[in-house]
Amino acid sequence: MDFFDPHIHMVSRTTDDYATLARMGCVAMSEPAFWAGFDRGSVDGFRDYFHQLTDVEPKRAAQYGIQHFAWLCINAKEAENVSLSRDVIAMIPEFLDCPNVLGIGEIGLNKNTKNEATVFLEHMDVAVQYEQPILIHTPHLEDKYQGTRMILDMLCSDSRIDHSRVLIDHVEEHTVEEVLDHGFWAGLTLYPISKCTPERAADMIEKFGGERLLANSAGDWGPSKPTAVPDLIFELRRRGHSESLIRKVVYENPIEFFSKSKNFQFTPRDAGFEPARS
Amino acid sequence: MRDANHILGESFLETRAKLLEIAATLDRIDRAAEDESPLSTGSQPKRALIDDAIRICLSEGPDRAERLQKLFSRQYESDWRKSMGV
Repeated sequence: MDFFDPHIHMVSRTTDDYATLARMGCVAMSEPAFWAGFDRGSVDGFRDYFHQLTDVEPKRAAQYGIQHFAWLCINAKEAENVSLSRDVIAMIPEFLDCPNVLGIGEIGLNKNTKNEATVFLEHMDVAVQYEQPILIHTPHLEDKYQGTRMILDMLCSDSRIDHSRVLIDHVEEHTVEEVLDHGFWAGLTLYPISKCTPERAADMIEKFGGERLLANSAGDWGPSKPTAVPDLIFELRRRGHSESLIRKVVYENPIEFFSKSKNFQFTPRDAGFEPARS
Repeated sequence: MRDANHILGESFLETRAKLLEIAATLDRIDRAAEDESPLSTGSQPKRALIDDAIRICLSEGPDRAERLQKLFSRQYESDWRKSMGV
């Protein structure tokens, strides 16, 4: 089955991963800007990173027939440096017209601090000003519930935010319902230990249906599995769910959400060249 | 909706293995506490959380996973913007 991975950090993955994903049916992916494993020291470090996301990775992906999209921001872990964050936010518009940029992300909270919230709100302003969709990171483990509620407070108290153009990622059993109830899209992140297993993701799909739910691997430089979306496909099939439900979650929903970005241009695999019959 | 008997059958061995891991971990903690040193005051709330989690697993209701998640979560205060000055 063709699928999207709507949240994967390919800058930290090998070319072999692109090849494996292509062979497993991945036709498109989106890569939100995130933490590199160390705090970057200057806005130029981010400029180089945004160049990598908007120019280098699309070319790597294209070698394997995968369309690559990106989201831009300074992540929550580096948001404690508010001065640097403001410099990076001011630089983001330089890249918004790049053909693979879908919007602002993954903004969010990490330890749910005042500085993180301040930088989150300033990213929201840029998204509104430039009419960009938003992709949101919710915190890990014990910080997730509190952080998700804080993020919902900030989004819902701003009447400029169109909820149908916001994806809130890394939802789990205690956050998914509230995110969906407010009209946002929700992302299930399939991680080995933290976040969600394919089995628990399948449970949530069974409970809430496929409407406005996406699934991703969030594959990065830490313990993660870039082929986790096919694991979910397998689990849903094993339970006897219809191909139409599976396809909705892993293919049609990403297309519907990404289509809210003016830059999203996707060519389905079956729109390719057909040789003439003799 | 799949049959409950089928779900129990296919997940029984995996669930048994996960429960054994928990039991063995608790035994390991107890052995170390008896042989070496008891759990410190700082560690005791974490150990108590595990007992609370097990009680949630033993309880009835369709939302055990959600309640377990909330047990392991920091509290949300609705007036956080005021208290943080954001």
